[in-house]
Amino acid sequence: MFVPLLVLRNAFRHRLRTTLTVIGIIVAIAAFGLLRTIVDAWYAGANASSSARLVTRSSVSLVFSLPLTYAQKIRQVPGVTSVAWANWFGGVYVSERNFFAQFAMSGASYLDMYPEFLLSDAERKAFLADRVGAIAGRKLAEKYGWKVGDQIPIRGTIYPGTWTFTLRGIYDGAEAGTDTSTFFFHYDYLNETIKRLFPRRADLAGVFIERLRDPEEAAAVSQAIDTTFRNSLAETLTETEKAFQLGFVAMSEAILLAIQAVSYVVIVIIMAVMANTMAMTARERYSEYATFKALGFSNGFVAMLIFAESLGIAMLGGLLGVAFTFPMADAFAKSVGSILPAFNVSETTIAMQIGAAVVVGIIAAAIPAWNAARIRIVDGLRAIG
Amino acid sequence: MSFDARVDDASVVTDRPKSLVTTTTPLVLVRGVSKYYVRGDQIIPVLVDIDLDVASGDFVALMGPSGSGKSTLLNLIAGIDKPSSGEIRVSGIDIAQLSDAELALWRATNVGFIFQFYNLMPVLTAFGNVELPLQLTSLTRSERRERVATALELVGLTDRATHLPNELSGGQQQRVAIARALITDPTIIVADEPTGDLDRTTAEEILALLERLHVELGKTIIMVTHDPKAAEKAQRLVHLEKGVLVH
Repeated sequence: MFVPLLVLRNAFRHRLRTTLTVIGIIVAIAAFGLLRTIVDAWYAGANASSSARLVTRSSVSLVFSLPLTYAQKIRQVPGVTSVAWANWFGGVYVSERNFFAQFAMSGASYLDMYPEFLLSDAERKAFLADRVGAIAGRKLAEKYGWKVGDQIPIRGTIYPGTWTFTLRGIYDGAEAGTDTSTFFFHYDYLNETIKRLFPRRADLAGVFIERLRDPEEAAAVSQAIDTTFRNSLAETLTETEKAFQLGFVAMSEAILLAIQAVSYVVIVIIMAVMANTMAMTARERYSEYATFKALGFSNGFVAMLIFAESLGIAMLGGLLGVAFTFPMADAFAKSVGSILPAFNVSETTIAMQIGAAVVVGIIAAAIPAWNAARIRIVDGLRAIG
Repeated sequence: MSFDARVDDASVVTDRPKSLVTTTTPLVLVRGVSKYYVRGDQIIPVLVDIDLDVASGDFVALMGPSGSGKSTLLNLIAGIDKPSSGEIRVSGIDIAQLSDAELALWRATNVGFIFQFYNLMPVLTAFGNVELPLQLTSLTRSERRERVATALELVGLTDRATHLPNELSGGQQQRVAIARALITDPTIIVADEPTGDLDRTTAEEILALLERLHVELGKTIIMVTHDPKAAEKAQRLVHLEKGVLVH
């Protein structure tokens, strides 16, 4: 108990200095965790994607749709076990501030394609039976206070008019990273309406999603699908779902790199602050360290005292920083709404935060400990604290 | 003889030696010790060819003007500094030949330190400070407590055991330091200006305590002092000037 007690008392000798240092570490570690979580959230779609699914889109751009008839031809490609499709709707709910993703999708085939969207049998049946029915993710429904049976009006931007849907189900995610902030409704409802209003825009799908018999065949099947539509009016680009998602991430890669860089810079800054604190602390106590050594304590003991104090302060700040990350992340997730659908502080992020605190503690103590261990007793005894 | 036994034994009194070098084997033997510092291309001698013997149970006062090398000589004997040349033996061990780690172990069991500015750990109570050297021993907690209680009683601070150094007067702090120096029952006690930071009355009390350690417990004490009144308490005076023993 002697050493822990000594370290604890030493750590709080200058309460203001230690408190300010701990607050600095809390802010840095929490900021590090939040920035890492933002980056993780950006990659969440790619990470949650299945290796057994391919996505086919126009080879020119995602903006261009593909003929719905492609579904039948894709289904015949060896290695493909099922096909679903979806269209980006891009509507506005009440006001432009309420952004969330809306897709017109191919009903049962789409739901079967995404088993990670957990919907009760009753809700699934109700949705499939209702032409104007829709389903929403739990996070989205909670955000807007929707309940099953509510009428949800969405003003179309790509497809003009106000579209009113009846909420028939609220789905949950099978995994923490599953997006539960998307709104789905029937492609048939969209297509039939569009067929009446704008016939030339009917029978088109934004993307086709294919389930593979064997994920190992992804490359071959992708190539086979694209070959099928080569030299057609709408050539395709097929890629794994992960590659498709990463394509979106790549659009903002520079921003992500900047966020990652800032997260590390924050740690480097607090490391410098902590190192300064420990250097001042050790310098003030050279006389005490020399006394310890004169009494027979080893150089290693003196170094250990400094390391233990530094690690103790860093870990206190680190653990509090981790604890503060959760409310900060929640507040951030609420403020950005559905832009980052899966915003969770991961175990990896927590481990990295704790690791960063340990590294800060060790590096901050390294030079002061080295100096204190090496100081000659006679010089140390002359030092004025 | 153990520390506790010595607490009870007040009969050990040694005779005043006639010269700096004795014919019998001394407890502390210093032979041909020199110490110099190198500053750039300059060699600054601090001690020059010192020969000194200190017998067991002796109370020696090292005196001399500032810069005469008396503290340096004390540091060399206490094993917290190493000579540039020469031999220092304490209880037959040539401490100049010990490694840093060996020297640390040697100090832990053989030397008790009393500093001018007490050098107590500010975060430890009087009890904790006195107990400090015992943390390096294999004594149990209860054995340590018993020894610390005895030492604090000896210096008259039983009622201040739970006080932090900043809650004690200068004289009380120095008494704690004396108890700490005594606690491991060391071979020698070295005191560097132990009354240098105290008023005359308190200094007298501290000197009386040191004299008591010498007379009643038979402790071997080597003390550096500027103060002639402090030196009067010693059994033997050694004068240094410009790094040389003058008598």
